[in-house]
Amino acid sequence: MEFSELLNIGLMQGFAGLSLFAVLLLMGLGLAIIFGQMGVINMAHGEFMTIGAYTIYLGSHLSSHYAPSLVSIYFPFAIVLAFLFAFALGWLVEWGLIRHLYKRPLDTLLATWGISLAMQQSFRTFIGPKEVSPTLPDWLLGSWAPKEGLDIPINGLFVLALTAVVTCGVLLALNRSRWGLRVRATVSNRVMANAIGIDTRKTDRLTFAIGCGIAGMAGAAFTTIGSTGPTSGQLYIVDSFLVVTFGGAASLLGTVVSAFGIAQTQSITEFFLHGSMAKVLTLSLIVLILMIRPQGLFASKVRR
Amino acid sequence: MKAIQELIKRYQLASLLVLTLLLAVVLPLSLDIFRLNLIGKYLTYAFVAVGLVMVWGYGGVLSLGQGVFFGLGGYAMAMFLKLEASDPVTTAIQSTPGIPDFMDWNQITALPAFWLPFKSLPLTLIAVIAVPTLLAWIISFAMFKRRVGGVYFAIITQAVALIVTVLIIGQQGYTGGVNGMTDLKTLLGWDTRTNSAKYILYYLCVALLVGSIVLCRWIQTSKAGTLLLAMRDKEDRVRFSGYDVADFRIFTFCLAAALSGIGGALFSLQVGFMSPSFVGIVPSVEMVIFAAVGGRMSLVGAVYGTLLVNAGKTYFSESFPDLWLFLMAALFIGVTMAFPMGLAGLWESHVVPWWSKRKNKGKGGDAEPAGTDAAPPAAVAATAKPARQASADSALTKGLSDVGAQSAIPGSI
Repeated sequence: MEFSELLNIGLMQGFAGLSLFAVLLLMGLGLAIIFGQMGVINMAHGEFMTIGAYTIYLGSHLSSHYAPSLVSIYFPFAIVLAFLFAFALGWLVEWGLIRHLYKRPLDTLLATWGISLAMQQSFRTFIGPKEVSPTLPDWLLGSWAPKEGLDIPINGLFVLALTAVVTCGVLLALNRSRWGLRVRATVSNRVMANAIGIDTRKTDRLTFAIGCGIAGMAGAAFTTIGSTGPTSGQLYIVDSFLVVTFGGAASLLGTVVSAFGIAQTQSITEFFLHGSMAKVLTLSLIVLILMIRPQGLFASKVRR
Repeated sequence: MKAIQELIKRYQLASLLVLTLLLAVVLPLSLDIFRLNLIGKYLTYAFVAVGLVMVWGYGGVLSLGQGVFFGLGGYAMAMFLKLEASDPVTTAIQSTPGIPDFMDWNQITALPAFWLPFKSLPLTLIAVIAVPTLLAWIISFAMFKRRVGGVYFAIITQAVALIVTVLIIGQQGYTGGVNGMTDLKTLLGWDTRTNSAKYILYYLCVALLVGSIVLCRWIQTSKAGTLLLAMRDKEDRVRFSGYDVADFRIFTFCLAAALSGIGGALFSLQVGFMSPSFVGIVPSVEMVIFAAVGGRMSLVGAVYGTLLVNAGKTYFSESFPDLWLFLMAALFIGVTMAFPMGLAGLWESHVVPWWSKRKNKGKGGDAEPAGTDAAPPAAVAATAKPARQASADSALTKGLSDVGAQSAIPGSI
């Protein structure tokens, strides 16, 4: 009796960690594509996530005000929209800014920090400084109780499923599609890829935009665990950078594993410690491990 | 005579003299004490910016965690001042007199052990420099010895900034939490809130800043400085020549951390409080833009950059609070896209050639001292005006920095 209660608590805490895992993984995937494959640091990644979250809020707001019958089905459409908005903006940012800075990665970092400041202030000015949360459709609320004393929230399950689909999609696209082939060719040898007729500039732009689009979908997942404000994205940026570096920058599998590890460590330590100390402990642990093993968990064997 | 000229050129003393005059004479005479105190506050950030010029401009390693070192120095000083401010007499109404007020509010009944060294001023002054340096050494030793640099280093330092901020905010009883340490009024019984004290502290700040610029300039002109530049541009070649790249980088990073610590301590003294809002990610990245605006290769430029950005921040966030972040964003994007070498770069690429053209046209070259028959025009005009010398001699530096801007990724092709 005593043990099964403890097990249930452990399971539920672990599941709470899974929601965080989903957000971190989606953020990390976007970053891993941009950072791992292109070597570009995107400090505005968190703000692309916020855009996605605001898109969900917009969907919920519009549907509840103008088309109440659609409230129950807006969510999937809003996720697609979130991807598209973030994708389009990412495309613009790459075109206007990033493509001029490929040879200066540290400057990209500063320039995208500028972008993130501008986006935060835009959210504050045009949407409002208050935190908002969308009204989730009924079928996302509530929980699934496989047995007595064990409640698993449905939105968490949904987010997990979404994450699984996106992750598989990205892995497939990168390893099986034409785009993935071009990306991998560009990453391993840019000059040669150019010489055999791959438009590396277009590849870069598409890659960056897709990474940002995935961040937008991370925003959709984020709305199920927290409310959205102008600075929501900034809270996740360090975590997601750590996810990518911890996993090994060029390895998507590493990203999955490290997102899981970080989210679970944080969630489980949170149960025993104060929230802030749990964060300190998790982050310090990662930084320590990275100091000992800077190449991350799954280092690519390619010499860069 | 020639030896003195060489000395002035080599250490860029002329531009330093102009800066010193501005800070020590012009500003104190033209501003009231409130504004001057504000300038003094900005100058404490300039310590960080000067350190960043060494680490980032010369070393080619960007740190996004300089706020941590600034904060550590600042907190060390603030802890000493706070202990002095909370003597048993003034804190008699507390349930435990003699400990800082925020500890009392958090039901802590005895002074924690790590606070004890801060009862003594000499130990505090040592801690102001030693604590940031030690942390910097640990981080940089672990990273640079494993040949981690570039963006990875930036990410790790940023994570450290987050960790330290969360730690300070979370451990409210020991650190004062979000509010930080407030009500720091006296230093060894000397009231730092009076006007005369503010003047003294301001001049102390200026003197230390000029001193650190001279120190950094001395390092830049020494063999170590040349090696730093070489490492930034062709790391492998330096390594193959038998130098330990990591040691030089560790040294520079520790130097920058120590400077930031001094800046932080002066901040606590002049402003009278210290809080986590000067430690975290946002202030740390802002400090990078100070150096970037001034010119990442110019020590003196970093000071001007710090002053300009902060004056702009104060002005705009008072008058147009909404506009400021947009302006800041434009600054970040504009500087990296259009002026990677900042104000100092603009000075060298626009003002200097214009001035030297004018000079040559007006004087027809008769101002040339004897013996400079084959000197290029830029070097000839260098004898005419102090400000000219400062920039003419950096023709070499400029050449190097142009190369550096293009090959910021070591071994990229």
